[in-house]
Amino acid sequence: MLPLIRAVIGRDLRLAMRRQADIVAAVFFFIIVVSLFPLGVGPEPDQLRKLAPGVLWVAALLATMLSLPRLFADDHRDGTLEQLALAPQPLGLIVLGKVIAHWLVAGLPLVLLAPILGIQFDLTDDALAVLTLSLLIGTPALSGIGAIGAALTLGVRGGGVLLSLLVLPLYIPVLIFGAGAVDATVTGLGAQAHLSLLGALALGGVFFAPWPTAAALRVALE
Amino acid sequence: MLEASNLECVRGERRLFVGVSFQLAGGEMLYLQGRNGSGKTSLLRMLCGLTPAASGEIRWRGKPIARLGDDFRSELCYLGHHNAIKEELTPLENILSTARLAEEPLDEDAALDALELVGLRGREDLACRYLSQGQKRRAALARLVHEKRALWVLDEPYVALDKAATELVAGLVGAHLQRGGLAVLTTHQTVAIPAGAVRELSLSADAATQHRP
Repeated sequence: MLPLIRAVIGRDLRLAMRRQADIVAAVFFFIIVVSLFPLGVGPEPDQLRKLAPGVLWVAALLATMLSLPRLFADDHRDGTLEQLALAPQPLGLIVLGKVIAHWLVAGLPLVLLAPILGIQFDLTDDALAVLTLSLLIGTPALSGIGAIGAALTLGVRGGGVLLSLLVLPLYIPVLIFGAGAVDATVTGLGAQAHLSLLGALALGGVFFAPWPTAAALRVALE
Repeated sequence: MLEASNLECVRGERRLFVGVSFQLAGGEMLYLQGRNGSGKTSLLRMLCGLTPAASGEIRWRGKPIARLGDDFRSELCYLGHHNAIKEELTPLENILSTARLAEEPLDEDAALDALELVGLRGREDLACRYLSQGQKRRAALARLVHEKRALWVLDEPYVALDKAATELVAGLVGAHLQRGGLAVLTTHQTVAIPAGAVRELSLSADAATQHRP
């Protein structure tokens, strides 16, 4: 079981390294969107502090969505998805491996960049720490939930738009609790409740979402 | 060992074939024939369990494949229209990662041997996107060299191959049959398989018939 997941992660990471343009595009999108806000809104620190959690979280969410359509599309096109579906192990485990690889490639860079980008919004050290932590807990949920949408829209023409329509409503709880955690820290309420709920969403997203994703993939392959 | 009874295939509004039945024992090969669009690929995908049959049943060692699930898939090797190789990876990486995903340990020497046999030695470190169509097909077929699973389902394995490679693949299938394996394949080329019994099945719009040559 574990060797299989490790093999899938290893393969996907290697493929991502050979095609770095995709990773770079999503990361730059995140940097650009977040950096434009302080320039556009103006330099009042109070206002920026209030905007920061929402802006960073919305940007992270959109950057994740940018890389979702390719999660299964390449494997589908060259026939490797069929081979994965015919492997004697449960397809859900393979999907779990792909979700983890997607997070390592598309989610983790956002987490690492968040504390640096957060400085532009004059966030306190506490708030920066909670922001990073909330992204660390929340972005795996984005990858997991997004995988369901990516599988359902596989092979559909104009699937990108449909994917956003399907996945965005499911992302909203993650957005609310993620941005809420930082807000709560800024206002002095304490972020623990928000982070716990975010953790629950992440566990659900990573460990339950692969199974409906696998079912959707089998339908797409018929 | 492999048994299909009264298979029916419906794609969209069209019925491609109905009443397809055959039996295949160890050491036998089923040679599937039919015009373009007669449902050969659909039948192969049914045999793999990728597409459900509209009606009829497929049994492996006496049990329906849908119920066997993973036990059936662990004895199945499917090579489809697409090569299932990653263009960004080298042939060597492709063969090793396919083996790792199938949880069948394959060491690097064995993989290099397989590439040598299919004539890709010297290209093992070149990303597959730089290979020609035929070389990509060879890279995909290299996994058959060490493949020990009982049932091979090959969809047009000879496409894009030159004469030497075609004979090589026929030899691999022959050796597989001699080991007591089963094979189902479609092709529009007539290639003699060196060993094993060959059954033929031709798909036509109204009914499919099976006969021994």
